[in-house]
Amino acid sequence: MPKYLIGLYDDEDKLLAAVETFRKEHVPIHEVCTPFPVHGLDHALHLKKSRLPDAAFVYGALGTLTALSMQIYMYTIDWPVNIGGKSNLPFPSFIPITFELTVLFAGVLMFLSYLFVNRLYPGRKALIYDPRQTDDAMVIAISDERAWDTARSLFQKTGAIEAKIVER
Amino acid sequence: MFESPIREPLITGRKTYRKITDDLVAPILGPASWKWYVTTAFTAGVMFAGFGAIAYTLWVGIGTWGLNKTVGWAFDITNFVFWIGIGHAGTLISAILLLFRQRWRMAINRAAEAMTIFAVICAGLFPIIHMGRPWLAFWFLPLPNTHGSLWVNFNSPLLWDVFAISTYFTISLLFWYTGLIPDLAMVRDRAKPGSFAHAVYSLLSFGWTGSAKQWQRFEAVSLVLAGLSTPLVLSVHSIVSFDFATSILPGWHTTIFPPYFVAGAIFSGFGMVLTLMIITREVLDLKDYITLEHIDAMAKVTLATGMMVGFAYATEFFIAWYSGSYWERYIFLNRAFGPYWWSYWAMVSCNLFIPQVFWFKKLRRSPWFVFIISIFVNIGMWFERFVIIVTSLHRDFLASSWRMYAPTWVEVTIFVGTFGLFLTLYLLFARYLPVIAAAETKSILKTSGDQYAGLAWEAYQAQKRQGSVSPALQPAMDADTPKS
Repeated sequence: MPKYLIGLYDDEDKLLAAVETFRKEHVPIHEVCTPFPVHGLDHALHLKKSRLPDAAFVYGALGTLTALSMQIYMYTIDWPVNIGGKSNLPFPSFIPITFELTVLFAGVLMFLSYLFVNRLYPGRKALIYDPRQTDDAMVIAISDERAWDTARSLFQKTGAIEAKIVER
Repeated sequence: MFESPIREPLITGRKTYRKITDDLVAPILGPASWKWYVTTAFTAGVMFAGFGAIAYTLWVGIGTWGLNKTVGWAFDITNFVFWIGIGHAGTLISAILLLFRQRWRMAINRAAEAMTIFAVICAGLFPIIHMGRPWLAFWFLPLPNTHGSLWVNFNSPLLWDVFAISTYFTISLLFWYTGLIPDLAMVRDRAKPGSFAHAVYSLLSFGWTGSAKQWQRFEAVSLVLAGLSTPLVLSVHSIVSFDFATSILPGWHTTIFPPYFVAGAIFSGFGMVLTLMIITREVLDLKDYITLEHIDAMAKVTLATGMMVGFAYATEFFIAWYSGSYWERYIFLNRAFGPYWWSYWAMVSCNLFIPQVFWFKKLRRSPWFVFIISIFVNIGMWFERFVIIVTSLHRDFLASSWRMYAPTWVEVTIFVGTFGLFLTLYLLFARYLPVIAAAETKSILKTSGDQYAGLAWEAYQAQKRQGSVSPALQPAMDADTPKS
């Protein structure tokens, strides 16, 4: 089982400062886990911007096309019904369903993509470095054993409340 | 005031991150009180009575209802619109207030979204029962079939409703669950490893760890889902109003219906949120999270939307007179002074007159008073739908077919039964899921907790009393001084 050196922080400002220090000292951070979204953490870790919103746009466009082609096929091409001579291509009538399916496709497919890229699914075993990471402590985990000595001193310097080696 | 840099705290009681976890996990993992069992047994009993009445309707037929040839739909569609409206506050709080960066929504969004989902479940029952043959409900879907491949009617607002309601339910559920995953992980890590609760919450939390990348994606998804839900919630009640507005009946055929229905939906939704949240904060002891500040803000929204609804009532009357249409004028005079005058005036008093008390800050900040007013709002908005539907129908084009409508015990039992269903689901939610979005509340603790925001606020107030404000607190002064 892989071993990690973890440091616990109880304050998000200390955590952000620590992440900056670790990066400056070229200590590779394996993962940072927090009980709530910490603003600026993704910048501090130089994470790439999530592409999920772009994906949502594509999914929405797919929904628009599906809705329009479905309605035009069913109502105009496959079985045009003469209802008092009304149009068989009533475009305004198609708008509500087109809108709803756009939202439905964008929302559902984006949610599924979100679960997929995060590898979240029922029955997945969570990698919990310390049970406090979903409660009140922020965890910086270092997996590279060669960096542990530097990391341990940095944890002390940046005000970690606890540093320990865990096997997960 | 809510956008000022230093302001009154939204979380009181000097909370720490750990204390928030403790407060929210305690009612879930601890034993439930006997009161919870008694209340849940009662609401479940009411729910089963409703199911019994539904079974009776299906067995004997729609003839068990008070409908007649003139009033072809009444109680069921009233209840449908009523419940859909209740749901709208949840989406407004979670989506629109997120886009407006209103932090006070964070204490109430989880419960309000849960109410949305439960209310849509209750609403969805009615059209399906009214079909008479609910096992044929799938005929509403555009499926290939053996009727000469005759497709569904895309010109019909009733079909748009099918798409709108099912999309609304799905998106609300996903939005709600996205926010729940991190909080379920919090409960999982508090449960004893190896226990049944640990196994269940592990399964439900999908293996969430709270890594930086997960949170980054979480925030991206929340923002996009909020952006999608905002036009969605406006579209849903607009489409519900199309059920009436696209018909040619006087009293229904008006262009004001979509905005009027949306404002009414938010009004009734906030009424129900206030009713349930005032009880929840009392029973689960969450007064530090759902503060008087929150009740105050919700009462203000109720007042504003109530007056929009009142404005719509006035506009309808004015246009009925101004249009010069004889039938339009008659239907509105009949609403206010005809045989159903009492339902019209119940609506106007509950929705327009009674909420005016919310002009007074003292009354907005008195929970039990707000609770009583919120009950009136619920009643008033139910009557609004009853008035719109029944008074427009009961005196139709031939005087010989004018009829009165009154519900039978079957219809009343079904309606009361949906309250049982709604409250049973809410009680299960309050028992087994975190009623407050824990992660989001923790993320605003340092800006809105009373030991942070409160201290600066108190320091500023103290310095102001002495007449000299230090430059460090200058932002608070700017926010406190009204700009002319």
